[in-house]
Amino acid sequence: MSTLTKQDTFSPLLEAATDNFNEQRTLGKESFLSQGLPAVKEEEYKFTQISRKLEKEISDFQSAKPIELTKELVDQSIYEGFEGNVLVFNNGYFISELSDLPEGVEISSISKKEDLNIGSIAKPEKDAFAALNLASFQDGAFISVPKKTQITAPILLLSFFKANSGQVVQPRIWIESGDFAEVTFIEQSVLLGEETVFANKVVEIKGGLNTKINYYRLQNEGRLFIEVSNIETDIHQDSQFSAVTISLSGNMVRNNLNLNILGSNSVGNMYGIYLLNGKTHVDNHTNVDHTVPHAESNELYKGILTDHSRGVFNGKIFVRQDAQKTNAFQQNNNILLSENAVINTKPQLEIWADDVKCSHGCTTGQLDEEALFYLQARGIDKMQAKGLLLYAFAGEVLEHIETESFQAYCTNLVQERLGSKF
Amino acid sequence: MSKDNEILEEFTSKEYEHGWSVNYEADEAAVGLNEDIIKWISAKKEEPSWLLEWRLKAFRTWQEMAEPDWANVTYPKIDFDKLRYYSAPKQSNKPKNLNEVDPELLAIYERLGISLNEQKRLQGIAVDAVLDSVSVATTFKGTLSKLGIIFCSFSEAVKEHPELVKKYLGSVVPMTDNYYAALNSAVFSDGSFCYIPKGVRCPMELSTYFRINAANTGQFERTLIVAEEESYVSYLEGCTAPQRDENQLHAAVVEIYAAAHAEVKYSTVQNWFPGDKNGKGGIYNFVTKRGICAGDHSKISWTQVETGSAVTWKYPSCILKGDYSIGEFYSVAVTNNYQQADTGTKMIHIGKNTKSRIVSKGISAGKSQNSYRGQVQVMKRADNARNFSQCDSLLMGDRCGAHTFPYIDINNPSAKVEHEATTSKIGEDQIFYCNQRGIATEDAVALIVNGYAKEVLNQLPMEFAVEAQKLLALTLEGSVG
Repeated sequence: MSTLTKQDTFSPLLEAATDNFNEQRTLGKESFLSQGLPAVKEEEYKFTQISRKLEKEISDFQSAKPIELTKELVDQSIYEGFEGNVLVFNNGYFISELSDLPEGVEISSISKKEDLNIGSIAKPEKDAFAALNLASFQDGAFISVPKKTQITAPILLLSFFKANSGQVVQPRIWIESGDFAEVTFIEQSVLLGEETVFANKVVEIKGGLNTKINYYRLQNEGRLFIEVSNIETDIHQDSQFSAVTISLSGNMVRNNLNLNILGSNSVGNMYGIYLLNGKTHVDNHTNVDHTVPHAESNELYKGILTDHSRGVFNGKIFVRQDAQKTNAFQQNNNILLSENAVINTKPQLEIWADDVKCSHGCTTGQLDEEALFYLQARGIDKMQAKGLLLYAFAGEVLEHIETESFQAYCTNLVQERLGSKF
Repeated sequence: MSKDNEILEEFTSKEYEHGWSVNYEADEAAVGLNEDIIKWISAKKEEPSWLLEWRLKAFRTWQEMAEPDWANVTYPKIDFDKLRYYSAPKQSNKPKNLNEVDPELLAIYERLGISLNEQKRLQGIAVDAVLDSVSVATTFKGTLSKLGIIFCSFSEAVKEHPELVKKYLGSVVPMTDNYYAALNSAVFSDGSFCYIPKGVRCPMELSTYFRINAANTGQFERTLIVAEEESYVSYLEGCTAPQRDENQLHAAVVEIYAAAHAEVKYSTVQNWFPGDKNGKGGIYNFVTKRGICAGDHSKISWTQVETGSAVTWKYPSCILKGDYSIGEFYSVAVTNNYQQADTGTKMIHIGKNTKSRIVSKGISAGKSQNSYRGQVQVMKRADNARNFSQCDSLLMGDRCGAHTFPYIDINNPSAKVEHEATTSKIGEDQIFYCNQRGIATEDAVALIVNGYAKEVLNQLPMEFAVEAQKLLALTLEGSVG
């Protein structure tokens, strides 16, 4: 429990205007007030002192208003090589005029939606920031992919952030897909201006039967971005969900990625890379909840840390009593390159069923000196050899991105960062 | 499946072998906990004033602490005012040797299979037997003292070697360390003290056997092992308790200090009463064990076989302070019925080139919960630290749980840390393979489980390994499917 004064800082946010979600907002507010901001010793935020960070960096706890956004800027910002539809968010508000809506998909601003049970997947009692978002989110999108619809081109969720009479941006996205639907989302954000912004994002994904959903994220917003995101997915029978999170920069980033497997014969994949430098702090908390028999989950997170950066990984696999025949795998590998880089990792298994195969592995180490020597002996200089080996280490995750253009773009960014681009 | 259930049923109905109790006249403290009780205990043991001060300080610290709730166990709250903090078998005079010890007390140990007399003659293990709160007999004292080794009860050490006790007491586990360590510091009654002088290799295994006999009594013993430079000692600890309906509390503290080039091997076979098959009764085992590798090239190795206790909360740890020091932790934890175990280790790498190895094997059956909770921390100046952790869980039955909570905190880029964990049940293919070769399912299971735990059992000293294997066999033979 944190002090009341800290909660008070959020009070301007909690007095949100009334809209279609009054009931849920009240629920969120109550939940937030009872939880408070994560205290210093709170287990879930032990290594990510987000409350202290916010106190220090954020002066104006007001919801940021939309800024001026031009078509040119939007076009410039889209990553190179992208082919597909773009949804534009301006400080959290969904801007349909600048967006390019895909055919056959229902998309609208979330605040215009009625009878939408938000908060039913990303439950406010699970996380204080999810509760805060529920209580006071500004806008976001409602995306519904109808039954038997396969959207082949990816949908880019392009968000622009800028401190504008307030520094807090709280978007909320609801994605639902009908049975047999297929869709891929790519999340990309752009930070404008010279002031720190705090983004508190919630994405709820509700899958149908036999659906395939990919959710890719690129986090590269720079030093002025503090982010907490809660992405929670429910998947049902015969479905597949894959998430890839690439974190390259930011001030303090906390990703809560939760997957609830509610139908058997489903597969959940979570992959991530964090390449951190400077004072960047990235915290990935993942949670896979196996509630039914015959499902599978795979998890692979890799980190390379240098300078004063800090990486946190907490992976939780929860296998309930009924979830027999579950296969759950989790792996986290880290390389520390500098003396002041820190990694805190906690791969966690909670198994309540007996007929399961679950494993996790976690390593922290350095590059293989012999491999380095092998390359050097063949005329590759040390820096390049290092870059090559580091890329080989991180590249494994990139292979899981199915959208070619995004994979190429990320590969390029990673190679540049690791100095393995010649 | 029905066969499996049958076998499981058979196993779960197995009674606790050491569940008897003996009526003997006891010297007891009044029920409850306050400063007067602590003063009473201290006076009873004729302690010097510094120790009383130390106890009172710990008590005051304890009063301000809150009971920890982070462990993955649930149990009704303990009412510390309803416990008795001291109970000792009445003896008119302190015995000088075994012949003078009350034969009834010796008979208790006889029944436990630890015949002090026999041990003295045959096995060459020095035993310090602790009943309820006090140490009743220590064997082989003479042989050991020739080498300069001090092995005696804690209260004796306070009287005869106050300078050593004062120097090392609380140096590894400070009284403020945690709730139960503070409680123990305030009310600890007895325990074992062991001092190995410089350059001495202890020629025999030292052993303590703990038994709780009295009802409604907490056992709070304290073990302090000091190994001076270039010395070696292997220390064994065993425990049992009578079968009672109410829960009993065992909150011990073990401190190990290893100087440069010293090696300490500490083995435990814990078989406190686990409660009956409906989860009634049993011991709450809240133990703080920690060793410090203070000098360079020192080594501390923990081996534990945990089969008893209703609730276990135990993390034998190593602080690797000296350069090139080594910490090891080998554990087999078996839980059955309604037992809950939250156990693991902490390896704190402070010195350069330090190494640690963790092998934890959990086996859960019945409706029990078995958690591994461990921490590997590499401090900034701990260059080239190396850790390997392996935590495997075996599930037998669909109502039990196995959990893993490893914390890995690395602050140095040259560290190499590996952690791996698996959870599974015994593979049908493995059993089938054995069946094909004429091995009955039951035997096949025993074979597989023994193989599973072997890595840890191999670490136990010979004499103990026999007992541990017997225990495991008792727990597992014909038990699983």
